[in-house]
Amino acid sequence: MHPILARPGRLVPYLAATAPLAAVLVAILGRSGGLPLGEAAALAIPMTILFAFLGLSAWYPVKSAPAAAGRLGRLVLTHAIASAVTSAVWVFLGGALARLIALVPALSDLPARYTAEVPVLFGAGFLLYLLSVALHYVLLEFEAARDAERRESALEILARQAELEALKAQIQPHFLFNSLNSISALVGSDPARAREMCVSLADFLRQTLSVGERRGIPLRDEIALAMRYLDVERVRFGRRLTVETAASAEAESVVIPPLLLQPLVENAVVHGIATLTEGGIVRLEAERTGHRLRIVIENPYDPDAPARPRSGLGLRIVRDRLFALYGSDALFAARRLDGRHLAILSIPLRAAS
Amino acid sequence: MKDVRVLIVDDEEPARALLREILSREPGVTIVGEAENGFAAVRAASETSPDIAFLDIEMPKLTGFEVAELLAPEVAVVFVTAYDRYAVQAFEIHAVDYVLKPFRPDRLREALAHARARRAADVRGDVVAIAAAARPKGTWADRVVVRDGPRVHVIAVDRIDALEAQDDYVAVVSAGKKFLKPQTLSSLAATLDPARFLRVHRSYVIQLDRLEQIELYARNSHVAILAGGLKVPVSRDGHARLKAILDAR
Repeated sequence: MHPILARPGRLVPYLAATAPLAAVLVAILGRSGGLPLGEAAALAIPMTILFAFLGLSAWYPVKSAPAAAGRLGRLVLTHAIASAVTSAVWVFLGGALARLIALVPALSDLPARYTAEVPVLFGAGFLLYLLSVALHYVLLEFEAARDAERRESALEILARQAELEALKAQIQPHFLFNSLNSISALVGSDPARAREMCVSLADFLRQTLSVGERRGIPLRDEIALAMRYLDVERVRFGRRLTVETAASAEAESVVIPPLLLQPLVENAVVHGIATLTEGGIVRLEAERTGHRLRIVIENPYDPDAPARPRSGLGLRIVRDRLFALYGSDALFAARRLDGRHLAILSIPLRAAS
Repeated sequence: MKDVRVLIVDDEEPARALLREILSREPGVTIVGEAENGFAAVRAASETSPDIAFLDIEMPKLTGFEVAELLAPEVAVVFVTAYDRYAVQAFEIHAVDYVLKPFRPDRLREALAHARARRAADVRGDVVAIAAAARPKGTWADRVVVRDGPRVHVIAVDRIDALEAQDDYVAVVSAGKKFLKPQTLSSLAATLDPARFLRVHRSYVIQLDRLEQIELYARNSHVAILAGGLKVPVSRDGHARLKAILDAR
């Protein structure tokens, strides 16, 4: 359905907008046809209203022949024929109206004068119809742009939701319950350490929640968050867990998506350190080279360890997020080498879109 | 009455400390050992012969399920774990004792009392079936564990040639060696991917990609020759099953 006819509220302003057209028509009929003002108006106003409706019919050829898709010659031909037909119909109906008005005895010579004006009226109708076509194209583009905008914002909301889901999933219940169990153990034997661990856990949770709401954080903050997490895990794993970081100052100030490294650091503990009786070192390296940031997280693991549930989930989350944020511009690889696991990622420095 | 002998198995020191703290205050309880990984747990159990083992599930070397499988049948098992949806479902189905971390001391005492009051076999349930139920649907065992005194052999499923029933045991045949496991052939075979392992005889299961050729041995009886030269008898039914699979490929 035509967008103007579809909503009655739009019809009144539309008709009001055709008032200048009525004035032009009165001028044409009055000046070149020599009609008195009253007669010209009696004919011009109904003809304008008539044209207002005829002009709307341009919507259908416009809709069926979008400017972008059609070949130009065919497009011009289509609209020229439509214009000629519509204008002819309009002029014919105008003539009928003139004869109707001629029933008033004083105006009996109106049809003859009208006939003299037919070529001018036809030409005007033809051009007005083409104007209507042009306006309809503008209207169509406008509607398309608004639709696209609506769709895009819907997509963005979806992407954001997916992202938040991913972030929420990153606080592993297993980690929380084990940490609470450690606290429960320390309360009896070492209350000061229990208190310390409560604070570390609270710090980690608070920071996770606050950075999750941001679009990007400096690598420095992300590493600090990973350290809070490792503080908590160190109470559980004791001397089994050692952490080393090597990040240059310029790498640390690069802005990255929040919690990007967190699943990788957790993997290093859960699928690495936790599988080894003697434990080992989790090493995080970051360097900025040219326009890219390269991060490597390395940890030892037991190749013969029993498979743990949820393995592969963290890597998938990281891979999906990188793809959503950077497309093919980000590189991510997980490698196993001589009992060591390496997660390597490289992202461009531009702000994530 | 004799003290009940308890073994504590968890890879995290605070978690062991908590169990130790509560259990050591219980009258009639002696903590005979602690272990921080699966191998150490099996060794400690064979040296101290406990009555009850408190087992964490995710540990280095062996999971709690694998440790339970390797313990002598008279040891009662109580699983102590943080969060594992599948494991908890499995425990519920098989009505075995478990304690979720973190726990109140009363909950642990209750599990202890329960384990003392019942026969070990009733407390631990069918560990193999529980471990299978705790695995996400559509996934299969990727290894088989076999105890040899205090030592544990871990055999990757990829390296198994065949399984052979021998009285109350199953022999796991891998690279020319046989490892004996006190279990039925059916229950062990049920943990393995049916697309890879096929029962070709009342007493034999083979890994299909090890099969090199099938020879007629006598009327109505065949023999399968596996990579490495191992010969396995194939029954008439087994031959029909094998043929159906090979024809479908």
